[in-house]
Amino acid sequence: MAEITLQVNGAQRSVSADTRTSLLDLLREHLDLTGTKKGCDHGQCGACTVLIDGRRANSCLALAVAWDGAEITTVEGLGDGAEPHPLQTAFMDFDAFQCGYCTPGQLCSAAGMLAEGGPSAVTADLTGDPPLTAEEIRERMNGNLCRCGAYVNIVAAIEDVSR
Amino acid sequence: MNRVEGRDKVTGRARYAYEYPAEDVAYAYAVQSPIAHGRIRSIDASEALATPGVLAVLSSADPPALGSRDDAELALFQTHEVAYHGQIVAAVVATTSETAREAAQYAVRIEYDAEPHHVRLRTDHCGLYRPDKVNPAFPTDTEQGDVAAGLARAAVTIDATYTTPTEHNNPMEPHASMAVWEENGDLTLFDSIQGASDDRDTIASVLGLPPERVRVISPHVGGGFGSKGTTRPNAILAALAARAVGRPVKIALTRQQMFDVTGYRTPTIQRVRLGADAAGRLTAITHDVVEQSSTIKEFAEQTATPTRVMYAAPARRTTHRLVRLHVPTPAWMRAPGEAPGMWALESAMDELAIAAGIDPIELRVLNEPAVEPESGLPFSSRNLVACLREGARRFGWANRDPEPGIRLEGRWLTGTGVAASTYPARRRPSRASAAVEDGDFVIRIAAADIGTGARTVLTGIAAQTLGSPAERVRVEIGDSALPRASLAGGSMGTASWGSAVVRACEALLKNGAEGTADTTEDVESDSGFARHAFGAQFAEVRVDIDTGEVRVPRLLGVFAAGRVLDEKLGRSQFIGGMTMGLGMALMEETVVDERSGAFLNHDLAQYHIATCADVRDIEAVWIEEEDPHLNPMGAKGIGEIGIVGTAAAIANAVYHATGRRIRDLPITPPKLLG
Ligand code: FES
Ligand code: FES
Repeated sequence: MAEITLQVNGAQRSVSADTRTSLLDLLREHLDLTGTKKGCDHGQCGACTVLIDGRRANSCLALAVAWDGAEITTVEGLGDGAEPHPLQTAFMDFDAFQCGYCTPGQLCSAAGMLAEGGPSAVTADLTGDPPLTAEEIRERMNGNLCRCGAYVNIVAAIEDVSR
Repeated sequence: MNRVEGRDKVTGRARYAYEYPAEDVAYAYAVQSPIAHGRIRSIDASEALATPGVLAVLSSADPPALGSRDDAELALFQTHEVAYHGQIVAAVVATTSETAREAAQYAVRIEYDAEPHHVRLRTDHCGLYRPDKVNPAFPTDTEQGDVAAGLARAAVTIDATYTTPTEHNNPMEPHASMAVWEENGDLTLFDSIQGASDDRDTIASVLGLPPERVRVISPHVGGGFGSKGTTRPNAILAALAARAVGRPVKIALTRQQMFDVTGYRTPTIQRVRLGADAAGRLTAITHDVVEQSSTIKEFAEQTATPTRVMYAAPARRTTHRLVRLHVPTPAWMRAPGEAPGMWALESAMDELAIAAGIDPIELRVLNEPAVEPESGLPFSSRNLVACLREGARRFGWANRDPEPGIRLEGRWLTGTGVAASTYPARRRPSRASAAVEDGDFVIRIAAADIGTGARTVLTGIAAQTLGSPAERVRVEIGDSALPRASLAGGSMGTASWGSAVVRACEALLKNGAEGTADTTEDVESDSGFARHAFGAQFAEVRVDIDTGEVRVPRLLGVFAAGRVLDEKLGRSQFIGGMTMGLGMALMEETVVDERSGAFLNHDLAQYHIATCADVRDIEAVWIEEEDPHLNPMGAKGIGEIGIVGTAAAIANAVYHATGRRIRDLPITPPKLLG
């Protein structure tokens, strides 16, 4: 067992958990923050994506003890209290989800991605910040699987927010 | 309209089965068989039971009492026999999920007597037999006219075998359950399921309880595509484990376990023969299918049934043969029957068009039947030709040069292809109630929203019937305590539930206070017509001449599915199906290891589904179709037709691009380079 303290969505949370507990299970099982989803537990689907110190990460691959003191943003904390994040609004307007199970991961991933900049594997000119075209979005969001097949609308929603 | 539960889903408030809080909850983890066939010789759970935090071990060493063992996939821990690799043979219940998993993996010692196993589907297997019916109740074989004569007098014939691999549904939400036994002996089960009413009945029967003692709650379901259409062992396991330890118990299958115990699409081997006269009119069609089931339960996919619906021909035959292997039981995966069957038929039609020198669209138009070919019933509506024509116009088919393998752009060979889609338009009896509460309308029905948008569409249907703004209508679904409803499957959800909701709303309007409806009689009188949705799928592909990589820059689906009740959500359903069809065409395949009998690539890193970067321009449109013979909404189901025909359209485009005809899905680079 270990004592773990995190800043989660702006609030300090301390829990005592099995040292094997992933950040994902800590959020879901110990803090009742079930918005973050478990699709594979192996870093293969992106459903568990959260922001750790502002960068997107698969929380199923993060051991909670290793992130003691870190600042975590989950889908529950993306918006600003009563107001949803612009990405959340766009996802609703563009119907960028169906079952909704991949959605929290898509949203956190998109939020992290929009803050990233820099070239990607499909960028022709590797020296600068490329414009965020649909092709760049598809590449950068490729780690977030959606079995319902909402990609067309996910890309449109993110494009709309990034404009 | 925007999804009514959209806000809950994008803010993380929507809870799925595993995510309900419970006092003192314990966790179960399943132990699976490492052999594909044989017997358990001994089970030693002492080390597990001695592990701090472990509360119980369940296994056939002490079979739990069940009410029914009819479904061998659900009759857990009743026998020492092992029927397939990965079958659940024991389970550990512990105070934390980490402890349960560790003990299940390392501290339950099971010894086996293995016997030889057979896991490969072959057309010459000695165990091939003719099942009594195919899913759900179609005739196994059909034959009309003189097939031999029809083929003999044909000017052009095609005789080809098309195969599809094992495919897995892989909804993003792993199958999960939480069981809570109440003090009075009632069971509440939070379950990831496509139909709470049927799930409740099945669980009650397996556990030997009257159905009214069981309640299934499942307001949000993270996809299913058929795998959550029937009760899965996780639900029974949660209930048995909770009974054993006297606490609520949660279980979520791991992604790997899902491959073994939540169903899959059977591999198929399909021989299609087509004969046509010099003008391109079919003289004969045969479609002979070989597929598999497990040794403990029969599931016979209705793969050749679309061939009974699609084209006119005076002589025709369809057959299904099954072999029982040491594999898990296959089950429904999005458009069972139509998805694999139309891949074969529509590939063969493309081959016939090329052999006869006829445009593939014109070939289909030429063979359009006046009535449903095998039943002779009139179609309630059939607008395949309109879909083909509209698609050709939008896609820019007119200037297509049919010559294969001649369009080289840089390293890429490009091509286009077309295929038809079809899916039955049926409905099942359901009940609903409508009431006025605090000035708002409340609709209650045990429907399921697995991502289809059921909650939203039913809200729209009720609002329209009541003449009320949608904001004043609240629809309660996903709970077996609500009026009994059919499951979300067979693209029947909206048609079945919508019919009941309309009738309940009409009853409410009549008496002002509350309306109830039961559509059993309405549905039973649905006869006299062949009811199907149709569509045309167009694909553009690029094939890398060096690597064999196939990309799909463009997919267009044009559908005729009655009235599309919600434009935004309807488009998402079609596109979602087509996206899964793209995966079926190019990447989806579960590989079976013949030595161990196991599914080898049982995770999302190795079982490839279409990802964001695989999908470019996918568009779905539909034509206006008035059909008075369906249901009060005039709608045909649209959850599955999107996947039907996509793989054939892509394969036909790959042929057009490369001149290579791939008859074995998925179309992977080695097959194009080999
Ligand atoms: S659950 Fe973490 S990547 Fe799938
Ligand atoms: S919305 Fe269902 S998996 Fe993406």
